[in-house]
Amino acid sequence: MRYLPHTEEDRKAMLDAIGANAVEDMYCDVPAQALLDKPVDLPGFVGELEVERTFSALAAKNLSPSTAPSFLGAGAYRHHIPATVDYLVQRGEFLTAYTPYQPEVSQGTLQYLFEFQTQVALMTGMEVANASMYDGATATAEAVMMAVRATRRNRAVLAGGLHPHYFDVTKTSAHSLDIELVHPDSDPTRPADPASVINLIDDQTSCVVVQSPDVFGRIIDLKPISEAAHAKGALVVAVTTEIVSLGLLEAPGNQGADIVAAEGQSLGNALSYGGPYVGLFATTSKLVRQMPGRVTGETQDVEGQRGWVLTLSTREQHIRREKATSNICTNAGLCALAFTIHASLLGEEGLARLARINHANACKLADMLAGVNGVELMNDSFFNEFTVKLSKPAEQVVEALAERGILGGVPITRLLPERDDLANFLLVTVTETNSDADMDALVKALGEIL
Amino acid sequence: MSQGRTNVPVGGSQAPAQKTISGSKGLDFAEPLIFEMGEEGRTGVDLPDVEVSNDRLGGMRRKDAVGLPGLSEPQVVRHYTRLSQKNYGIDSGFYPLGSCTMKHNPRINEKVARLKGLGDLHPMQPDSTVQGALELIDTLAHWIKTLCGMPAVAMSPAAGAHGELCGMMAIKAALEDRGEGETRKRVLVPESAHGTNPATAAACGFTVDSIPATERGRVDIDAFKAKLGPDVAGIMLTNPNTCGLFENDVIEIADAIHEAGGYFYCDGANFNAIVGRVRPGDLGIDCMHLNLHKTFSTPHGGGGPGAGPVVLSEALAPFAPVPYVIHDGDGFKMVEHKADSDAKPFGRLKGYHGQMGVFIRALAFMISHGADGLRQASTDAVLNANYLRAKLQDVMSVSFDGMCMHEVLFDDHFLKDTGVTTLDFAKAMIDEGFHPMTMYFPLVVHGALLMEPTESESKETLDLYIETLRGLNARAQSGDAQFFKDAPVLTPRRRLDETAAARKPVLRWTPPVEQAEAAE
Repeated sequence: MRYLPHTEEDRKAMLDAIGANAVEDMYCDVPAQALLDKPVDLPGFVGELEVERTFSALAAKNLSPSTAPSFLGAGAYRHHIPATVDYLVQRGEFLTAYTPYQPEVSQGTLQYLFEFQTQVALMTGMEVANASMYDGATATAEAVMMAVRATRRNRAVLAGGLHPHYFDVTKTSAHSLDIELVHPDSDPTRPADPASVINLIDDQTSCVVVQSPDVFGRIIDLKPISEAAHAKGALVVAVTTEIVSLGLLEAPGNQGADIVAAEGQSLGNALSYGGPYVGLFATTSKLVRQMPGRVTGETQDVEGQRGWVLTLSTREQHIRREKATSNICTNAGLCALAFTIHASLLGEEGLARLARINHANACKLADMLAGVNGVELMNDSFFNEFTVKLSKPAEQVVEALAERGILGGVPITRLLPERDDLANFLLVTVTETNSDADMDALVKALGEIL
Repeated sequence: MSQGRTNVPVGGSQAPAQKTISGSKGLDFAEPLIFEMGEEGRTGVDLPDVEVSNDRLGGMRRKDAVGLPGLSEPQVVRHYTRLSQKNYGIDSGFYPLGSCTMKHNPRINEKVARLKGLGDLHPMQPDSTVQGALELIDTLAHWIKTLCGMPAVAMSPAAGAHGELCGMMAIKAALEDRGEGETRKRVLVPESAHGTNPATAAACGFTVDSIPATERGRVDIDAFKAKLGPDVAGIMLTNPNTCGLFENDVIEIADAIHEAGGYFYCDGANFNAIVGRVRPGDLGIDCMHLNLHKTFSTPHGGGGPGAGPVVLSEALAPFAPVPYVIHDGDGFKMVEHKADSDAKPFGRLKGYHGQMGVFIRALAFMISHGADGLRQASTDAVLNANYLRAKLQDVMSVSFDGMCMHEVLFDDHFLKDTGVTTLDFAKAMIDEGFHPMTMYFPLVVHGALLMEPTESESKETLDLYIETLRGLNARAQSGDAQFFKDAPVLTPRRRLDETAAARKPVLRWTPPVEQAEAAE
């Protein structure tokens, strides 16, 4: 077998050195009744060519967004990933390294994590960031738990436009820790109203969680919410599912956010059917010791040369065990590297242009769709996705579009299945990857279906 | 015994390193942060500039610059290539980091994970357009259930520790379903457990009660039984454990915890020792996470991503979180919401459906090996660990007698009176071209040295490693402690001041102007 170096002679010599007659002797501590005497009932080994065939056959059964016009978003976005990103992350020294526990031979990983932390802090307008979480949803749950720790209050208000998966993940954690969640219903038919959230803040509220742009694509002004929250001693958790939006939109840090939880998949990371993604987490210097996850810090070596180490590990599970700030161990280091390389390639100029193209394309499609019979645009504001109301149930329309080879958007009821009243609502997303031909195809197909 | 380093200055009389004008030393390049090398106006992507005259940003347009530096594509390529050269990876050399399972990462896995139609699928595509993806997840689940001898598996957890959370939440949900959610709050965790285990129990709202280890490095079964009571939710046991040993009382432990009304969580981080030889289901466990990235391979990538599916017994299966894949007459379907489930899912653990990118790599690894190859791989991993034990036990102190599983635990007894600590010893290994072993746990022995060679390593590599460790030990015994205190001397950076980093954390780059202002 190609991955196993030992010959039968090697194995024999090594068993002799161990003083074992047979490999079974090494499993002497396993209760005899639990030891299998033959391989389990699964196929035997195959060569590389066969593996490729198997996976190519599976891939062929899917409709690929790389070849079909695709308008899917809702927290996962198709952007063009420069070839350089994938080439660099596949360098074996990055790809096959472990968590940098030995900093002398891990300066490459540590330096890119330090660069990642800086980029995330700059984009979000915050003072510090950690070195990646699992994804935006888990980052949001961690943010709420952190706010509960920091304020010693047990209640959290989650605004209605929060991505339902982010809400569900937070709810799962909150249930375990007896945290009370207040989550008003979402209403995409009316403009987002800060007062509806502000009215729910009381002096037991640890934090207010607000997503902008929200799950319907609407841009929310966080400032009035921040002022109201801070007046009651509550923290503000700003959530962003589309990090590219911060190339054009005001940073949450400039709007009073205390914690930012975001999804970084848009930069450098493939859609990959939902994972792995890269959670972003940023906060203020004041709260840094409450922050979960791993961080890299600057220091010096014995010769006075600048270098980097993992730091603040007294918060971590292997030191504080049941008192740790989280149980996160492996996170998303390689996804953070992809993010960092893509952000480095873009730079100030590239990020701003990318954001502008996304917005311009979305404006163009919104105008085109507004001209289709049976389509009504719901948003006053948006970045690169918006909600439309259709004259037919969105799930049916999406299926009909898929039959025409178009991935037409996310029906709101896919995210909020209990909301029968939103059956005709569709979330449409446009990025720089959508050509004019893609948009024409969608408009034409909708004209036929509706 | 330290060949190849006769010209390297040793002892307390370090010759000053040769100074260069650029700061680089041959192939060891001095590399600034990207923020220190960019220029305004430069970019590494060519995108047309588009201005929207009537933007629809709700008046929330950004006013200030983000502050990102501008670099061209060749600058970015060179920067990250140079950074990569300051890293040790499994592609570079032997990485015997115990409990982390640094095995070879086959590149075919990378190739198939990037196929169009797999790597580029959107998680919200209609099920009708992703039948191949759903079939892939279902096939992987079948392999996992068969290897574990368990009836169900929850696929969505994003990593091992996330899987622990999943398993303990399933236990909590089952206890609540029985009406014992408020009474059974205590979780038993052996001292030899991974640090994540107690942290996970606490994150689920349980209290942690520690079980001591015996001098054989296993759970003290009498102490364990004495702790059982009507308030016990369950036990979190790592098996094989972090001492590299199989818990030979595991079936007795399972019977006792079940009799006491609790559940048996098994930390499966070390499953790769027993794949194809022992099915966890036959040991009486209720749930166990699998580190797909460790047991079946996904590159560790400097700290993730991973995937941590959890196998479940009949008793816990109904509580598995959403989403999950089902198969009906018409094909595969993803059940995404509690309301659509026939069972009692405890909730959702992450956005979307799990770590598809890791699923693909893990399944490619499984299919490549097959049932016979996986069994051989775990056997070779155990063989390699026992070989290290046998060949080093006369000069280094093995913590526990008898056969070990896929990793072998030494402690610092052999360094007694030499003035050399395990950390010093590890740093000297770096100069020899080996990544050090795990040292910061398990906590049950003093000065732990936990080595996991994995099945990827040839006898030649292991023999050179053994020869090197024996040579370093001879040097330590000869009284040359300073040599170890100075190590490493051949790395891009020498020992880094971790205390200073934690005392006054600098966690990001700040512009020089702001730095100067802050200093005033």
